Amino acid sequence: MWRFLIPAGLFAALVAFFYFSLGRDKETLPSPLIGKPAPAFELPRLDDPSKNIGGKDFAGRPYVLNVWGTWCVGCRQEHPVLLQIAERGEIPIVGIDWKDDREQALRWLHELGNPYVDVGSDEEGRVAIDWGVYGAPETFLIDGNGQVIYKHIAPMTMEVWEREFVPLIRKAGTQR
Amino acid sequence: MIVELGHFALILAFCLALPQAFFGLAGAKTHRPHWLLVANRAVAGQFVFTALAFACLSWAFYVNDFSVLYVAQNSNSQLPTFYRFAAVWGAHEGSLLLWLLILSGWTLAVLACSRTLPYAMTGRVLGVLGLISAGFALFILTTSSPFTRLLPAALDGRDLNPLLQDPALAIHPPMLYTGYVGLSVPFAFAVAAMLEGKLDSAWARWVRPWAIMAWLFLTIGIALGSWWAYYELGWGGWWFWDSVENASFMPWLIGTALIHSLAVTEKRGLFKSWTLLLSITAFALALLGTFLVRSGVIESVHAFASDPKRGVFILAFLAICVGGALGLYAWRAPRFRSNAGFAAISRESFLLLNNVLLVAATAMILLGTLYPVFLDALDLGKISVGAPWFTVMFLIPMLPMLLLLAPGMHAEWKKASFTRTARLLGWLLAAAIVAGIGVMSAAYGLHSVVSSVGIIAGLWVAFSALIEPVSRLRKGHTLSASVLGMCVAHFGLAMFVVGATTVESYKQETDLSLRPGQTAHHAGFDFTMTQVRNVTGPNYDAVETEIAIARDGRQVALLHPQKRTYRVQTSPMTEAGIDVRWNRDIFVAMGEALGDGAWSLRLQYKPLIRFVWLGAFVIALGGLICVFDRRYRQRVPVEAAVTVDGASGARAR
Amino acid sequence: MRLLILAALLCAVVSSALAIDTAPAFDDPAMQARYDHLIHELRCVQCRSQSIADSNVGLAADLRRQVRELMAAGKSDREILEYMTDRYGDYILYTPPVKPSTWLLWSAPVLLVLIGGIAAAIVISRKSRLPADDLVEEDRTHDDPGVS
Repeated sequence: MWRFLIPAGLFAALVAFFYFSLGRDKETLPSPLIGKPAPAFELPRLDDPSKNIGGKDFAGRPYVLNVWGTWCVGCRQEHPVLLQIAERGEIPIVGIDWKDDREQALRWLHELGNPYVDVGSDEEGRVAIDWGVYGAPETFLIDGNGQVIYKHIAPMTMEVWEREFVPLIRKAGTQR
Repeated sequence: MIVELGHFALILAFCLALPQAFFGLAGAKTHRPHWLLVANRAVAGQFVFTALAFACLSWAFYVNDFSVLYVAQNSNSQLPTFYRFAAVWGAHEGSLLLWLLILSGWTLAVLACSRTLPYAMTGRVLGVLGLISAGFALFILTTSSPFTRLLPAALDGRDLNPLLQDPALAIHPPMLYTGYVGLSVPFAFAVAAMLEGKLDSAWARWVRPWAIMAWLFLTIGIALGSWWAYYELGWGGWWFWDSVENASFMPWLIGTALIHSLAVTEKRGLFKSWTLLLSITAFALALLGTFLVRSGVIESVHAFASDPKRGVFILAFLAICVGGALGLYAWRAPRFRSNAGFAAISRESFLLLNNVLLVAATAMILLGTLYPVFLDALDLGKISVGAPWFTVMFLIPMLPMLLLLAPGMHAEWKKASFTRTARLLGWLLAAAIVAGIGVMSAAYGLHSVVSSVGIIAGLWVAFSALIEPVSRLRKGHTLSASVLGMCVAHFGLAMFVVGATTVESYKQETDLSLRPGQTAHHAGFDFTMTQVRNVTGPNYDAVETEIAIARDGRQVALLHPQKRTYRVQTSPMTEAGIDVRWNRDIFVAMGEALGDGAWSLRLQYKPLIRFVWLGAFVIALGGLICVFDRRYRQRVPVEAAVTVDGASGARAR
Repeated sequence: MRLLILAALLCAVVSSALAIDTAPAFDDPAMQARYDHLIHELRCVQCRSQSIADSNVGLAADLRRQVRELMAAGKSDREILEYMTDRYGDYILYTPPVKPSTWLLWSAPVLLVLIGGIAAAIVISRKSRLPADDLVEEDRTHDDPGVS
């Protein structure tokens, strides 16, 4: 007799499950790099391709890595926020110019301002693949031990910065 | 002004759905046949006003009224007129209005064919359909109105998504929706039977043609979608196990189980509560599909722009509709038991196995579709379940079902002795094995055990589907529409299986680059690019290459694939060139320009791919033949027709 | 979030313009077959609903190049897929990995058929013990003793 309630029971569970998953963020992929050492990289500098810039240049201190491109609408959107963050001077922002035209990128930074302490030019996209980048802009937080502790996908906002990055930066700072 | 008229018409349709529901259900419950007359009028009125609303929206598209937000988002002044009409259902709001229109159409059809039904049953069925219509109309009016104005009006529209600018858009969604929505009729009948507390063979006989009709439209709709994706998307695939495709396939599988289960209920009064459950589940899956595609719960390229608010509404609607029906089921189903039996080997047991395997397949697809969402909700990581998993797993229930189909078709009721057919089936199996292995390997070479088994199973079904029609025609016996339809449908299934197995096992693809004058060889054909030229279309500009295909020196085809850029959305699109023969397609698609007039091309050889869609259409044809069987058109005097003075009496049971 | 949706929609349209290598990646047919299999197993993470074999976006082309280079360096299929999941997670695989969280998924089809089969067996054994009395049919179709 009770077996006739099974369909209704299963259905109720399904509905509850759907209700719970409505509005959850489906888009962002969690990064498997969190908690692991940051991928080593070495790229020609955007301003001087004869010289290189790499992860080893920032060893021992926390830094932010921002992947961007002049073709990316969201990057333009987040640019003022990055400038603001850079101005605060709490933590260096390293840029990776992904699959971009060097001249255009330099002009872009010249016109809009440069929040980066250094920019590496990843024209072939190999470094981006190493970092698991799939859609610019993406911003990583690396601590003093060289571990990736956070990744934000989508344009950076001050709200996200204050809520997610700042507490982690403080913690990373006190751990040294 | 016309747009506001349309909006008002929709509101009226909603208002009429309410008395339809009330008078239909209450009239049946309180034995007031004259109340049903009100419900009947409401049905007609609802159809008229929904059609009017739809016509007003179509008008807005036709005259390029960009002060309507929905028109501005989905049309453009350069859009050819034909596509302007099809664009009405090109996005969420308009497609829901189409849904509602089709629902009112089905309701009207039920009313028109209800003269042989007891008035109480008709009343309840129309009442339930009225509730569904009311819910949908409310949904459209409150969250998804296509009549919202955009002020100030846009100068021009954003254009219809180029992928949708194709004749198939005119026909695929309407067919698909007709199928989806049509499943509400067996659902309504099931709810009506549960409310009445009575379910018998007669009920099954009433429901079966409706179930078959809805199912056959769904078959056509899915087949058209697959065909369209094949030639439009440019990479030659015909089924991707995309979440939205799965959302349409699951109701189809349950619909198939339903029509087979109805056969048992009709013939022997068995499987009653199971049939009820299937009727509810089929429509539930259709509603679930609607929910999944519009709520953002699953991601899919097919999905309409998602909005959690709409998601909540549809979910609530789904919960009330299906939850209510399942609650009724828990309450009423225990009384629908029968004490008749059947032998372990009998038509009934074959049909039972058919149902079990179809339901297992559906459950498996549902699990695969929802599993990523499930894991993500539990924070257990993010995975994706793609075509490779589905294709392999789908065979687990389906291959046994195919192998059981040939004997199952010929099993007798109550106790199968296969007196007439056992030896014949054996010979046909041998023929299938010979043809499957012999002919196929001569034509294409051997591929794998699974594909051989698939082809053999398909051929066996095809051959054995012909036994009944051939033997009856030879002996001069009558061949009823039911039997003929069943054999045709199973034959169509066999065509599909042979086609699908062959094309997936033996297709050949390659990527290469060609410049004008160059020739490449692939799959036994020579492909020569003869020229490249620019082409201007009504709302796009394209580069067209001409590819001459030859075999053994003789020209076989001349194809003109294009790479188009639609001017408004500036998105590039590939139009493949396809040479179609009954036994193979040659498919050429352009990739990128490589300079010097050279282009990268994808060449594909697809053997027997036409059988995939032809098979599906033959299945639908079989269903159509079944519906016209004499026994569904009988005028059995059941109860007196409803008269104004309410003379017929149906006492409580 | 909205941008990602727009990006996904854009991908859907852009990627209908085909992703095509300009020539077979490997001369050796066995290597080419492995390559074809691998690129059909990896999902285009930007476009979501296509494999990197079919997608035309830059990331897909980069990933295909990566697969070619890893194959040329002698890596096995498993190592190449691991390379990808180390960077992008399990999502990039078209066929879900077999791990405790997916045991249910992988065992479900067989379990469902088994459970269904057992249920069918129970019903059949019960029904085969009952008399096969028929309901009175409202209309017997005399020409169909055995069918439909």
